[in-house]
Amino acid sequence: MTCDPWQEKLDAYVDGDGPQDSSDLEAHLRTCPSCSADALGRLKMKRMTQAAAARYSPSPQFRLRIEKSIQKSRKPLWAFGWMPTLAAVAVALILIVASAALWLRHSAREQTLAELLDLHVATMASANPVDVISTDRHTVKPWFQGKLPFTFNLPEQQNSPFKLVGGRVMYFKHSPGAQLLFELRNHRLSVFIFQDQPGTIPLAMGVTAAREMAFNVETWSESGLRYVVIGDAGPADIHDLSELLRVAGRS
Amino acid sequence: MPVETAAWRKDEPREGYTVGAVADRAGDFGSFEELAMPIFAKLYNFAHWLTQDRATAEDLVQETYMKALRGFSSFQQGTNFRAWMYRILRNTFLTTQAGLKAWSTVSLDSDSDGDTPTEPAASETPESVLLAKLQHDTIQNALEKLPVKFREIVLLCDLEEMSYQEIGETLGIPIGTVMSRLSRARKAMRTLLREQLQGVSR
Repeated sequence: MTCDPWQEKLDAYVDGDGPQDSSDLEAHLRTCPSCSADALGRLKMKRMTQAAAARYSPSPQFRLRIEKSIQKSRKPLWAFGWMPTLAAVAVALILIVASAALWLRHSAREQTLAELLDLHVATMASANPVDVISTDRHTVKPWFQGKLPFTFNLPEQQNSPFKLVGGRVMYFKHSPGAQLLFELRNHRLSVFIFQDQPGTIPLAMGVTAAREMAFNVETWSESGLRYVVIGDAGPADIHDLSELLRVAGRS
Repeated sequence: MPVETAAWRKDEPREGYTVGAVADRAGDFGSFEELAMPIFAKLYNFAHWLTQDRATAEDLVQETYMKALRGFSSFQQGTNFRAWMYRILRNTFLTTQAGLKAWSTVSLDSDSDGDTPTEPAASETPESVLLAKLQHDTIQNALEKLPVKFREIVLLCDLEEMSYQEIGETLGIPIGTVMSRLSRARKAMRTLLREQLQGVSR
């Protein structure tokens, strides 16, 4: 049958899903009564099926049930929509509190170092910077006995560029401590040793280097004692003295 | 043998398509509710045709809406929401016992051309005569008797007026299969209609 190829295309044509250019088929339909009747029949059938198939309606109660169940689950979704905002606010608050705490801690640390720096500067300006004059650690250390509630070790000065000038008792945060004065070339360096009080002295336990008013500082805590080395020498020199003190402290 | 008159119950008003046209808010992708509720009545009708039972259809629609709501966040904007919803409904139906049973009535390879049901020669009952005699309930009866696999594709094409592309998305089959299955479904439908009409005329 010559119409067979056209017949196969009729469904898609009637469904509006045929090729964009259907002029060939349309030309054939104009000349072929059989195919045009077939196409018309299919179209009618489609329309009748459409009308007949629209048969069942949901009950209003069922519609209501579905609407409610959607709305019910929408509430947590709606609440969930605020979660990112809430989380952001929470994070912001945490950051503010944390940075405020850090800032307070930082300023307390600055204040502590500034106080020790004042002590060092005052010692430099004093006509009698030390109460015990010595060039040997064996005279300085015994001098502190009975004056301090703790003891400490001093480094050997042989083969060391640092020369122990002497020492004095200082008070810091209402507690007695030792201030040792070292000389390095023309620089004078103060070493403060006092009992560490983590609650009142806001300095990190580990070795911390800092710079205060152009003075270099290195501080650390060991065996319950707080060591602070301050001076106008370079940070490397400050560090070298600190290392010597740490080695001595452990011996 | 007289054909039983249509199972058209008074408590079931005909599908009115009067559901609110909410989804056409310009520039607004819309909430799930705004997208899903306008097609609620049509989805229910489709579900009822698949299940042939009101309570089962309601369960199916309810499960479809809950699944769709849960998966809505993963729904890609710009893709076909209607096809997505129908696909969920149909896949849900196919996982039910009734769905599995209905599906197994048509062999899986029935999309192949070799398995075309035989259509009586057109001369026996010309299309025009067939159409003239056709009534609403006759078509409904034929649709009911049609295997689910054919029923769903006829409904999607003729009732929902989905494009072949959309039908393919819904059923998860290529367009070529859509066309061949649709052709077979319509032939089967015509055969059923002829049988019914010949039964009446005897």
